[in-house]
Amino acid sequence: MRDVHVDQITKAVSEMCQSAGVTLSDDMLEALQKAHREEESPLGRHALEILLENAEMATGSALPYCQDCGFSVVFAKLGQDCHVIGGSLTEAINEGIRQGYGEGLLRASILKSPIDRENTGDNTPAVIHYEVVPGDRLELAITLKGGGSENMSRQAMLKPADGVEGVKRFVVDTVANAGPNACPPLVPGIGLGGTFDKSTYLAKKAIMRPIGQFNSDPQIAELEKEMLVLCNETGVGPQGLGGTVTCLWTPIEVYPCHVTALPVAVNIQCHANRRREVTL
Amino acid sequence: MSSQEHAKRIQVPFESEETIRNLRAGDALLLNGTLYTARDAAHKRILEAADRGEDLPIPIERQVIYYVGPTPPRDGEAIGSAGPTTAYRMDPYTPPLIEMGLGGAIGKGYREAKVKEAMKGHPFVYMAAIGGAGALLGKRIKEAQVLAYEDLGTEAIRRLVVEDFPVIVINDTEGTDFYEVAQAPWRKAGDKA
Repeated sequence: MRDVHVDQITKAVSEMCQSAGVTLSDDMLEALQKAHREEESPLGRHALEILLENAEMATGSALPYCQDCGFSVVFAKLGQDCHVIGGSLTEAINEGIRQGYGEGLLRASILKSPIDRENTGDNTPAVIHYEVVPGDRLELAITLKGGGSENMSRQAMLKPADGVEGVKRFVVDTVANAGPNACPPLVPGIGLGGTFDKSTYLAKKAIMRPIGQFNSDPQIAELEKEMLVLCNETGVGPQGLGGTVTCLWTPIEVYPCHVTALPVAVNIQCHANRRREVTL
Repeated sequence: MSSQEHAKRIQVPFESEETIRNLRAGDALLLNGTLYTARDAAHKRILEAADRGEDLPIPIERQVIYYVGPTPPRDGEAIGSAGPTTAYRMDPYTPPLIEMGLGGAIGKGYREAKVKEAMKGHPFVYMAAIGGAGALLGKRIKEAQVLAYEDLGTEAIRRLVVEDFPVIVINDTEGTDFYEVAQAPWRKAGDKA
């Protein structure tokens, strides 16, 4: 057994929120630079220039990259030989968010209830996905997930007869429908298989994967490459102003599924793809 | 077309109905003057106040509403990050405001047919700012003052003074939608739903 104190967890989460809110991860920044080199539309390139300038300005002046500092979504992998001491793990994560959003002057966007719509004032609670894994470490990955792109996400229980072609059509339609509403260039996370709920979880998990790291299954990696080409043929372009780069990356996560089913979920991530991870 | 180097400097509120009618989908503008912020919750309250015949917290005629919920300012600064939010959430509230004389709105993303229809009868333009460029756009806002609905926090109505605030005209008074015009030449597959 290895001990991890809740104070360490809170501190790590707070630091990740403040850093992610301001500065894009290196893989995301590189993807935007590559998009700027490859975009064929002059207006699309102009939009990408503004995004790169915004990234620089945010980091340079410690201002949030985007005013929507998102829903804090945490993936926590708790080693089965890791012992959290000093309090509750969930509370420690939420306290980190409270401190991180407060100290970082990040916008609080979470409401107590979808009906009454009163702001909690500190961006808590987080959405936390727990997984128990072998080992004695606690791995925390966080994304500050923007609302505009989340709203354009979709799930479908396709018929097995729809096949992989049906999956491609659904993903491309979802991206085209999202258009400028979702702040392209996008990273649509794709969840394929599982149950209704598992597919949406997989889609969110997919956007946590570093850009450029293909699925370890070669068949799925091929599908990821093809999906990127198809999504970019929509012509939506950066900011929906037309062009050849609508998506930067189309990661797919897969899980076994029921004999009757072909679930697919697309969780749209905007260009404000703000992720951090830490191992304690 | 719309590179900001060729952007036109435009005063807000718009000087006249003629100014609004002369704007074309695809025009890059640098707005100077006063904007008012409002999102879903504030729109709802403005229209409820109008229904009850009460004074409105902001002037409407020829004014421009910016759909934004900024981050908190740091000491000595007017505002934090302040990019546009998705415009379709304001679609249910926009036609009555257009009828009341609103001159324009700034957001990002598609507007529904009802809004475009309302624009035909009254001079109004829908403009997009670069979505997610919150730090850059926040720097173009020189003053910010909460005017109403302070309990809404980030969604309160603010009066903003902007300098060279960059936008692109998406929907003009002639019925052109710049998203459609701009995307069409690049579309090889898929349809905008």
